[in-house]
Amino acid sequence: MAVLPFPSAGQPGGTESGAGAGARTTSTRLGRSEAPARPPSPRRLSGARLADVLAVGGAGAAALATTGVLWTEIGPFSGIVGYVIVSWILFVLIYAFLVSLDENRPTMRDRVAATVVHSLAFVVLVSLAFIIVYTFFRGFKALVHLNFYAKDMHTTGPLDPLTKGGLLHALVGTLIELAIAVGVAVPLGLLAAVFLHEVPGRFSRFVRTVVQAMTALPDILAGLFIYATLILIFGLQLSGLAAACALAVTIMPIICRAADVVLRLVPGGLTEASYALGSGQWRTVMYVTLPTARSGLATAVILGAARAIGETSPVLLTAGATNYLNFDPLHGPMMSLPLLAYTLVANPEPNYITRGFGAAAVLLVLVLVLFSIMRAIGGRGPGQLTGRQRRRRLAESRRDLDRITQQTAIEQAADSAAQAGSPSRWLLPSSWLPGRRP
Amino acid sequence: MLFGRPSGSAGSAPAGRRNLTARLDPSERVFRAIARAGGAVVLVLMGLVGTFLAYRAWEALRKAGLSFITTQDWNPNGGGFGIAAIIVGTILIGLIAVAVAVPLALGTALYISEYAPRQFQRGLITLIDLMAAVPSVVYGLWGAFLLQWHVVSVSRWINNWFGWIPIFKVDDVTRHAVQPTATFYTSSSFIAGLVVGLMITPIASSIMREAFSQAPVGEREGALALGATRWGMIRSVVLPFGRGAMIGGTMLGLGRALGETIAVVMIISPVFHIQPYILEHGTSSVSSLIALQYLEATPFAVSALMAAGLALFALTLLVNFIAAHFVTRSRSGALSEI
Repeated sequence: MAVLPFPSAGQPGGTESGAGAGARTTSTRLGRSEAPARPPSPRRLSGARLADVLAVGGAGAAALATTGVLWTEIGPFSGIVGYVIVSWILFVLIYAFLVSLDENRPTMRDRVAATVVHSLAFVVLVSLAFIIVYTFFRGFKALVHLNFYAKDMHTTGPLDPLTKGGLLHALVGTLIELAIAVGVAVPLGLLAAVFLHEVPGRFSRFVRTVVQAMTALPDILAGLFIYATLILIFGLQLSGLAAACALAVTIMPIICRAADVVLRLVPGGLTEASYALGSGQWRTVMYVTLPTARSGLATAVILGAARAIGETSPVLLTAGATNYLNFDPLHGPMMSLPLLAYTLVANPEPNYITRGFGAAAVLLVLVLVLFSIMRAIGGRGPGQLTGRQRRRRLAESRRDLDRITQQTAIEQAADSAAQAGSPSRWLLPSSWLPGRRP
Repeated sequence: MLFGRPSGSAGSAPAGRRNLTARLDPSERVFRAIARAGGAVVLVLMGLVGTFLAYRAWEALRKAGLSFITTQDWNPNGGGFGIAAIIVGTILIGLIAVAVAVPLALGTALYISEYAPRQFQRGLITLIDLMAAVPSVVYGLWGAFLLQWHVVSVSRWINNWFGWIPIFKVDDVTRHAVQPTATFYTSSSFIAGLVVGLMITPIASSIMREAFSQAPVGEREGALALGATRWGMIRSVVLPFGRGAMIGGTMLGLGRALGETIAVVMIISPVFHIQPYILEHGTSSVSSLIALQYLEATPFAVSALMAAGLALFALTLLVNFIAAHFVTRSRSGALSEI
């Protein structure tokens, strides 16, 4: 028997084999009589080793220093973006070299790939943070004044300070336009999605192709369409209604397509069970398919709403721009937040630009609110339940169990009564009693 | 034999074919009628947009004829107009955007599906969705007021060292000139492409991530058990599995980039000649042309704008259908459809 480095205690194999073959007993005893060698501390399988940390730190320091020398002493370089790019490239190269000193080739490639993937994701997240923070930073001076939320711009001139004027008209306009657009697009889009899912055939395939094609419609063309039909031909004014129609045309295919995808994810077993229990298509859609897909549908709707709230180009062509507060979507131009931001920053006055950034910041807050609503109600796969839903389902099935046990008890009572010959069969219809047909 | 035995006529030959279509309840019929009507309304609306655009565009196309494709200038009220310059500008901006977005989207998707700790995954996915929902005017503000001035130095550097490559040339700037002013490099296709690239990154990234996270666990574990490093596993299992989604997501992003309006309008300054130099000041795109010109347009000019819009729509439609083809035909797409 080969001497194992770590004789495992409590394993009876050693003594048994010793009993079987006398010559080997000694070696086994010898192994057992010695104090078992302490196992070396278990190998660490995760976490960073000192060498890894040193390699990353060293490569980082070397890259920063080299780029610094390049920037200040040698090259005709300037600018913070270039500095970051060059030092990143140097970092990857130096890190690869350091790792290759004590690891093999595949490990080196693995490390370099991990570095690149991490830094790409980091760039995306940092850009997102920059975009949001920069908007709030530039708009901050306007955002701190309360009049910014309570006034419109019609008495505010280009040189007026930030304590005058605000974006109330745009906020109201955005909300009205959003409400109309969502009110038109969501029922139609969801109905069309249900149609695509429930009534398959050549016609619905055609509708699906057209809807898919229309998701490719550049948003400005939706605006141009409404501008050329409703405004130029039918004589509607530049108004909130026209803008809402343009937004609805933009988001309807998006909502329809997203809802179609979500409905397709509803497990077939659920709908088939519903059909097998004898319910028709209408009841199945109403009580099985739509409730199962509810959170996904909510996500589709809110994604559409977020798109509608931020779209500038359809509104630019159809809403007209105004400085007055306007509650009437039918008459007169109506401002909306993205349009306000766009028109304000076109003006060179610094106060206007600050107000433009403020409008963009308020718009971002609206999008964030929509997103947190979506996070609260949506984002789950079909059939996944929240805690409250699960408790409700549990209570329902308990009630069902009670009902069924009571039913069985009545049934048994009736059964035994029938066997005894007493005329209590009227308790239940005769077909419910198994094997008791005359 | 379990199915298809005609009931009631046991023993004798089945008389005629059995009726297999179900008779629907009235409520079912109403439901189907409503659903069909909904589908039809959406179809009519969407069809109306397409046909109306085509109809109005036809007026301009008939007058311009073939010169619509070859003319660079845009003077619909007199003189020629054509999409040669603006469509080239649109495609260039789209290509730059894709060149920026593909590595970023791929890296983000791989990070979320392969590298990120489990507990952060959902949060990261929400962040990427949020990035897709940030309004384009916000991207435009950021690009025009912040990014532009930081990128100018990079543009200048590329122009200095790689100006001998034709697309990086800038007219009127000689190599290593004594600090040419920044205005030579602002409002270029390169900067517009950078911003649009950031806008389409989340769209492409979420499609790629979805496919990557569906890569079969058995194959992943097989690769790891054979001694692959994590990157080896990604290269041999995850990336081949998600290849269709990578192409599809990229094309979808390209479709979005071609149609982007406001962010591009806020950055570029329009010129109406073919502008192949991506670092040089001034370029143009179809949607920015529409946004800038619709107001002063005569009815015929609106029709000319629609013709340009229709050309853009045809382009995005083509790109989107290619994307859909790749997404559904790939292995990853086939699995995601139940």
